[in-house]
Amino acid sequence: MSALKRNPPHPSAPAIEVSGLVCGYGEQTILREVSFNVARGEIFFIVGGSGCGKSTLLRHLVGLNSPMGGSVRFLGAPFSEADAETRRAQLRHFGMLFQGGALWSSLTLRQNVALPLEEYTSLTRREIEELSALKLGQVGLGGYEDYYPAEISGGMKKRAGLARALALDPEILFFDEPSAGLDPVTSRKLDELIVEIRAMFGTTIVVVSHELASIYDIADRVIMLEKQAQGIIAEGAPRVLATTSEDPRVQEFLTRGTGKVPIL
Amino acid sequence: MSDHAVQPQARVTVQSGAEGCTVILAGVWRITAAVPRWAAYANGEKPTRLKIEMTAVERWDSSLLLFLFEVQQWGRAHGVPCDFDVVPAKVRTLLGQLVASHETSVPLDRSENFLTSVGLATQDAWKKAREIIAFVGECVISAWRLVRLPHKFRWRDCVDEMQQCGAMALPIVSLISFLVGLIMAYQAAVQLRQFGADIYVADLVGLSVVREMGPMMAAIVLAGRTGAAFAATLGNMKANEEIDALTALGISPVDFLVLPRIVALGLMMPLLALYANCVGILGGMIVALGVLQIPPAAYWIETQSIIDLSDVNTGLFKALTFGLLIGLAGCLRGLQADRSAAGVGRAATSAVVTAILLIIVSDAFFAVAFNILGL
Repeated sequence: MSALKRNPPHPSAPAIEVSGLVCGYGEQTILREVSFNVARGEIFFIVGGSGCGKSTLLRHLVGLNSPMGGSVRFLGAPFSEADAETRRAQLRHFGMLFQGGALWSSLTLRQNVALPLEEYTSLTRREIEELSALKLGQVGLGGYEDYYPAEISGGMKKRAGLARALALDPEILFFDEPSAGLDPVTSRKLDELIVEIRAMFGTTIVVVSHELASIYDIADRVIMLEKQAQGIIAEGAPRVLATTSEDPRVQEFLTRGTGKVPIL
Repeated sequence: MSDHAVQPQARVTVQSGAEGCTVILAGVWRITAAVPRWAAYANGEKPTRLKIEMTAVERWDSSLLLFLFEVQQWGRAHGVPCDFDVVPAKVRTLLGQLVASHETSVPLDRSENFLTSVGLATQDAWKKAREIIAFVGECVISAWRLVRLPHKFRWRDCVDEMQQCGAMALPIVSLISFLVGLIMAYQAAVQLRQFGADIYVADLVGLSVVREMGPMMAAIVLAGRTGAAFAATLGNMKANEEIDALTALGISPVDFLVLPRIVALGLMMPLLALYANCVGILGGMIVALGVLQIPPAAYWIETQSIIDLSDVNTGLFKALTFGLLIGLAGCLRGLQADRSAAGVGRAATSAVVTAILLIIVSDAFFAVAFNILGL
């Protein structure tokens, strides 16, 4: 197994380095001077109450919005400050799962997964189809390859979105509220899938969420954002934070205001 | 990632030995880079067995799986046993999944036989006809509620819509009507001049604009502009479950969304048609002045002598009808839209096509009816 060690361009660099990132839309600043690192192969959660800027931070990380200041580096290479061409090349190494799955409604699930492969690889049509079926099988959607997004449930859409995010075997996977709108069992299965993906491929995983169950179950480390502070108010392993943090806001969030780590 | 090019590429070496071939995989296997093909190495010879070794692989992803899958399939086809024993368990698990999905993947058959399609199309047509009847019925009931309880009507929305479909449409209606008046006058001038009947350009343009072209052109512009907008808005609201939210509150979507729009269009269409009439006549007047040297005053007196109030009224009555039809078609298609991005697009297209079809059909009906009634 040791021979299968990862060999990235800058082996020692963290997967994501964010320094002094300022996020906002137009004139409005939402986050000021956010800095953190995510290690390779880590399951990293961005948590906080509604409206604190979690999704905004994620959108700025992956380049859907341009940061107002600061920088983002992926796998040791500059991203936010790089030119469009370099950024496009880097985007191949990311996968992103959007809140509602964001499947293209005019394409079948297989075609949804196949599109990134068609865009970025030189595989034959047949191979792309095999691979799309495999990815859909991995997320438990085997047999649904020829269905359209409108014909499947919300949880299935999310899993199909994950299959699409996995299409190019990304090194970093981003999840925007993976458990939003899912029942606890489906949500837990998605969590298990996340852990499994990391175990299989050593993928670095960044999750935006406020689901305490997921946070305690699978997060290696979290950062907590807060609306008034417009930035990070805590960073660390969730259970450690819940028991040792003296910040009442962190305490309240991680213990649901009960003062105790919930039994989940 | 910027030094992508200097990364060692995926490599394959085939060593023949006494116990068959050993396929040695090495390097970095990335699906986005060039991927080796087994077909390039399997050059006709059939070894007794194939042994796969991948200890020198530094990094791998699905591309490696595809290669191993190809090897395995080749081995099966040629009766060569493949030995994956020294391949890591993870890779073997994934390969197993790939084989399983390959073997169990059955394409979904969406084809139907002829009779089934005819049957389904008939059922669908019947369903649509019932939907249209139900929708028109609901609109009538809703209109009756408006007459009985006018203070319950959403006048605010109605006024907003009037602004959108009326005032905002003035520039495009002006342009189109002006040009249509101009074109008609030009065509008429060329013909009438041969008979010295120049002044009758005013009669021809005046009558056809007031009775036909004014209302018709305004209606076609509004079908494209407003009918499509109604369908897209309501279709999007349906996709966002906003319509369901109204129904769940016990509020009729027809009262809340459809009637204000139809009333707005019904009120604005005659006004726009009247405006289109004036601009169309102006267009004719300019051609008459420029091409036939007929002074505007003479043109105007001739126009007045030929058009009487019943001509204007029939035109405005048509315009009112067209307005209601555009509103009905737009709202109906919006409410029938599928809950998807493509569904909203189809609803908008269908709204415009339906509205224009209804406009032309009803215009033909009016032509016959007014002829019989002598209007």
